[in-house]
Amino acid sequence: MTAPEAPTTALGAGPGFVVQLDAFSGPLDLLLHLLRDEQLEIADIPIARIADQFLQAVHELGLNQAADYLDMASRLVRLKAQMLLPRHFEDDGWEDPRAELVRRLLEYQQIREIAVWMGRSAERRAEQFARGYLPAPPELPPPPLTLDLMVLLQAVERVISAIPSPVLHRVVARPLDVESATRRIEALLEQHGEIAWLDALGPRPTIVDVLSTLLALLELAKRGSLRLLQPAPFSPMVIARDPACTTA
Amino acid sequence: MTPLAQLLEAALFSACRPLTVEELSTLDQDATLADVRVALEQVREHYDFEQHGVELLELAGGYQILTRPIHAAAIERAQFSVRTPKLTAAALETLAVISYRQPVGRAEIEEIRGVSAGGVLRSLQERGLIEVVGRSEGLGRPLLYGTTPLFLELLGMRDLADLPRSDELTIALQPHRALAVGMDDAAAYVEAES
Repeated sequence: MTAPEAPTTALGAGPGFVVQLDAFSGPLDLLLHLLRDEQLEIADIPIARIADQFLQAVHELGLNQAADYLDMASRLVRLKAQMLLPRHFEDDGWEDPRAELVRRLLEYQQIREIAVWMGRSAERRAEQFARGYLPAPPELPPPPLTLDLMVLLQAVERVISAIPSPVLHRVVARPLDVESATRRIEALLEQHGEIAWLDALGPRPTIVDVLSTLLALLELAKRGSLRLLQPAPFSPMVIARDPACTTA
Repeated sequence: MTPLAQLLEAALFSACRPLTVEELSTLDQDATLADVRVALEQVREHYDFEQHGVELLELAGGYQILTRPIHAAAIERAQFSVRTPKLTAAALETLAVISYRQPVGRAEIEEIRGVSAGGVLRSLQERGLIEVVGRSEGLGRPLLYGTTPLFLELLGMRDLADLPRSDELTIALQPHRALAVGMDDAAAYVEAES
């Protein structure tokens, strides 16, 4: 419940006014208790008085931790303020600000009455015992599967085929050897002055040799060590020594 | 007792919950619902007439054999069975609101009782006394609660009509439209009291 631990506390100056905290099931209950104790009519609550008493009770009972009680306390204080506002006698449109609270208290009183009736009914019923309670049987495991070996094997195969094959990546050392291709081309040019593309590749070139040679040629051409010539479209490429380079 | 009455007695003895007339009628294909009711009456009369230690009671829409209240203390002292623990005031109040206003949402329960109801609702649900019966069309579609047959069983009621009617309460109250007491009613109540 909302009420924290409950020491029995004497409240107010009235003799024998003993309040047991866990006896209250909420702020409306406490309010009803105060009204009953003062023998006040619900429909004509002296708001100012009851608001003060409620606050005092909440304070003394250490209930001010409970939001529900604080909520009611703030409503009561607001009502108290509203009741203090002056009003004209001829004002027919005036609505009693206590109406909502009165409605709730009456409603709650009904609930209390029913709750008491229910408590008594349950107590009467508890005087009679039925057969001992039998716990519901635990849920049975699912029935065994019915399938033959072939179906089972096919299922296994499907499962296996569904397993993705691992993605392997082969790492190879970089085989391009641009440096030796450069040396070879330079040596050839030293001898011949002008060579064909196929000569530069050397005997039985692999794809790696071709690439290495191409890169070496491009590099040498960039440096200006040689010139790459192609006399006509689609004719074989001619590699020639750069004349400027020879003199240098 | 007729053979049918004996059969019903055996079935009721074996069950640990109230059995409805419909359920009992499945015991014997030839028995109509009326036959079952007549036979049940026979069982009840037999227990009463012969002054048995048990009696046949109508509970939660069905029938159940229960020990008579007079033996409760002795049975409990011997620890053969224990009384159901009492419900707290908060639980009873919450059940009171729900039983008259079902299906009802948490906000309405809290509004009427003036306290938050989350914990009480949960424990009542765990005890099987209330259940979620739907969702409101309102904002956030909050859960709506209603009472269960176990609630009727716990209170020894046949059905919800066994709840106190408006004219049996100090304050006029109509089930279902129950707690909408306007100021007019309040005034009438005060007049009647004074």
